[in-house]
Amino acid sequence: MHDKTVTQLAAALKSGEFSSRELTSHFLQRIEQADGTLNSFITVTAEQALNQADVADQARAAGNAGTLAGIPLALKDIFCTHGVKTSCGSKMLDNFIAPYDATVVEKLSAAGTISLGKTNMDEFAMGSSNENSYFGAVKNPWDLSAVPGGSSGGSAAAVAAGLVPAAMGTDTGGSIRQPAAFCGITGLKPTYGRVSRYGIIAYASSLDQAGPMARSAEDCAHLLNVIAGHDVRDSTSVARGVPDYTETLNAPLSGLKIGLPKEYFGDGLDPEVEKAVREAVKVYESLGATVREVSLPHTHYAIPAYYVIAPAEASSNLSRYDGVRFGHRCDAPADLIDLYTRSRAEGFGEEVKRRILIGTHTLSEGFFDAYYTKAQKVRRLIRQDFLDAFEDVDVLMGPASPTPAFDLGAKKDPVSMYLQDIYTIAVNLAGIPGISVPAGFAGGRPIGLQILGTHFAEAQLLNVAHQFQQATDWHLKLPAFAEENA
Amino acid sequence: MQWETVTGLEVHVQLATRSKIFSGASTAFGAEPNTQACAVDLGLPGVLPVLNEQAVAMAVQFGLAVHADIPEVSVFDRKNYFYPDLPKGYQTSQMYHPIVGAGEVEITLDDGTTKRIRIHHAHLEEDAGKSLHEDFHGMTGIDLNRAGTPLLEIVSEPDMRNAKEAAAYLKAIHSIVTYLGISDGNMAEGSMRCDVNVSVRPKGQEAFGTRAEIKNVNSFRFVERAIAFEVERQIELIEDGGKVVQETRLFDPERDETRSMRTKEEANDYRYFPCPDLLPVVLDQAYLEHLRSQLPELPADKRARFQAALGLSAYDASVLSASREMAEFFEEVHRVCGDAKQAANWVQGELAGALNRENLSITNSPVSARQLGELISRVLDDTISGKAAKDVFQALWNGQGESADEVIETKGLKQVTDSGAIEAMIDQVIAESPAQVAQYRDSEPEKRGKMIGYFVGQVMKASRGTANPQQVNGLLKEKLDALL
Repeated sequence: MHDKTVTQLAAALKSGEFSSRELTSHFLQRIEQADGTLNSFITVTAEQALNQADVADQARAAGNAGTLAGIPLALKDIFCTHGVKTSCGSKMLDNFIAPYDATVVEKLSAAGTISLGKTNMDEFAMGSSNENSYFGAVKNPWDLSAVPGGSSGGSAAAVAAGLVPAAMGTDTGGSIRQPAAFCGITGLKPTYGRVSRYGIIAYASSLDQAGPMARSAEDCAHLLNVIAGHDVRDSTSVARGVPDYTETLNAPLSGLKIGLPKEYFGDGLDPEVEKAVREAVKVYESLGATVREVSLPHTHYAIPAYYVIAPAEASSNLSRYDGVRFGHRCDAPADLIDLYTRSRAEGFGEEVKRRILIGTHTLSEGFFDAYYTKAQKVRRLIRQDFLDAFEDVDVLMGPASPTPAFDLGAKKDPVSMYLQDIYTIAVNLAGIPGISVPAGFAGGRPIGLQILGTHFAEAQLLNVAHQFQQATDWHLKLPAFAEENA
Repeated sequence: MQWETVTGLEVHVQLATRSKIFSGASTAFGAEPNTQACAVDLGLPGVLPVLNEQAVAMAVQFGLAVHADIPEVSVFDRKNYFYPDLPKGYQTSQMYHPIVGAGEVEITLDDGTTKRIRIHHAHLEEDAGKSLHEDFHGMTGIDLNRAGTPLLEIVSEPDMRNAKEAAAYLKAIHSIVTYLGISDGNMAEGSMRCDVNVSVRPKGQEAFGTRAEIKNVNSFRFVERAIAFEVERQIELIEDGGKVVQETRLFDPERDETRSMRTKEEANDYRYFPCPDLLPVVLDQAYLEHLRSQLPELPADKRARFQAALGLSAYDASVLSASREMAEFFEEVHRVCGDAKQAANWVQGELAGALNRENLSITNSPVSARQLGELISRVLDDTISGKAAKDVFQALWNGQGESADEVIETKGLKQVTDSGAIEAMIDQVIAESPAQVAQYRDSEPEKRGKMIGYFVGQVMKASRGTANPQQVNGLLKEKLDALL
């Protein structure tokens, strides 16, 4: 069962091949067996999952089960889940039981899906390797000495290892697409505003966006159908109709205009990754697409602009963790300042503290215009680069990450870690959607092809990705770990 | 040296929305601590604000009432600082693009003259919770019921030149917001709070002196007292060779003084930046026109109309338009009785006196506007005398009757206008007062007018106050003069 896609599992549930309880038990068993090694889950909600599975089975028996009813999923531990620990990968929230469900969680429950638990992540979604988690690093199922990517590393590793058919992640600067690339799965970051942020613990509010991580683009389409849409509780979610993303998956690609941003094929790109991406582009040519080079001239300003804007928002978003109402509180505070400083010093990890300090600095009097205002101007230019490019081409393609997954512990210097996101980060600044699909291997580690579209072009991205997956089988490959630990 | 005071006010007005500015929790005052704070107010991880449209409408109505520019786009910013009763670690406010731009209000001074005070801008923001220091054995309690209550902060230009003008300005703002119905204006419950900026400069000097900001000035009286104290402190300081430092001071009404809270150097760096969770507020012309069409008549317009159309004095018009409740009461009395001058006299005289004695506001008056209007009508149509009217008012005040007519009927206060009955009483009084009649007859004609008062008094007494005094007067004169 674990080698099947959500689409296949949904069909099997529908035909009565097995029940949701059987399916759910199967994945819970796999987690039990394998996750001691991977560490992809922070919390497993086995009992609750089995109860939900029974409800789904009853609904199916009564004839009112939706497409995804009874499908087990996992949620990055950044989504608030009623009555379940929601830690955001931090000691700060190790004791936090959310009293409400995020909108995404509500929608997934209403669709009858089952949550197996909460997946590991970089603390407060800050990181590109999942090594910044209070709950320990996650291993890449393709190579246990490699990182799974981050910050949605737990979700990516769990799907790749067949511990769950699909999972939810969030992407602020590449946190869905880069781990999807590192773990050989498909991950979609929707347009900013396409999916409600309500109940998703904020890192950088103007960049955060939730999306599906699964084996195939088709699976992502099914999941996006459920989670997309306007939410009155999130003012930045967009009131715009949600199409059925599965309907256009098979549209032919003849005449599709693909742009290859020259800035995405420059220094620092691993030659094997480049080779895989160029071969993927050839597959598209064989499907009738035309290819041309385009330029996104402000690309090299994306990382500096991001590391002003995201930490600025984070420094403010993370102020609520003060030890007063919830979360970690230090022992026996002497006074208010002691309560604040020790609770926060003890509760936050190094990278989180670093970004809070950066953000506090860039927002402070005398620096605000030089950093924040300037970065916002750069952000507009970066957005305009994409809009200009989409005047000439339908989609952009390039690598999701400059290298395949690197070794655990390999990147000690924060800046070298930040540079990991060079191809993904501008996409968040522009607010456009992006998808990463498996496109080969280098040294046994997966390579991701990133496809970008203009705002609200999710249907097109999923169509383009799906057609690639009809022509190739990279996305069907399973790591040996997935079989050895069955 | 002659000194001049320069003062400007920042008035925080709690808007009377049913729910909070960014959440659906109730804003009602006085509930058990922390029972009116939802996940959004608590700043739980993952929650997001949603702007209350009613708060926007109220802020815009204020702007329209003070003839302010209403920019098409306004933006919410985060003001970052740590405090236990500030759940998110930032206050959502408007720093760079407030909802209400420059405007002005007219204030009326004690001598009846008016002055225009410019408003710099007004912006929307959320209130914080409350820290409670009593009853927690050295610890601090936090009540977040108030957190997220919508505030409109109205910032004036430094246009006021003394404490009286500042108090008059605060009253004008109070009157506008209560007229608009956008706040209950209850200063005791904190619905209106005020920070006062004060500086002094030698008379004739153009440049402003260094200012101090006085926090926590929460009544009209305290504004006057705080400014008076602060002005004196600053002048003394300068005259003794010292310098005023820019600082935040706290007004202590118990000791009637201001104390330093923090100097400029100790001030927070609030690290304002646009709130990424809220979209800019965009107001189109049609929306503004819709709100404008719903504006009630405002105090300044009402005052002018009371003078021009009703013929009231400037003073009466000003008193009667000071609050919406007062104006509405007066207008109802006037509608019922039809005589503005009489209505004004009764509302400001008998009624205001009685309310003051029992420390009641006009909304709690035991005598309704309709009752008072009908009472005045009975004086105007000569059903009762002015003296009897005061008895009727007292009876209505005490609840001894539903209407003036009922009281008049049960107490038998109706004026006797039957000339036959009055003549009979006059004949009797003349017959019983031969000495006074003789005196009247022997007096110079110009002194007789005064002497007639005695006979009127006797007749009124005989009628137990119900005889019509004008009628008595006329008939008496006829009968006495017939005896000459």
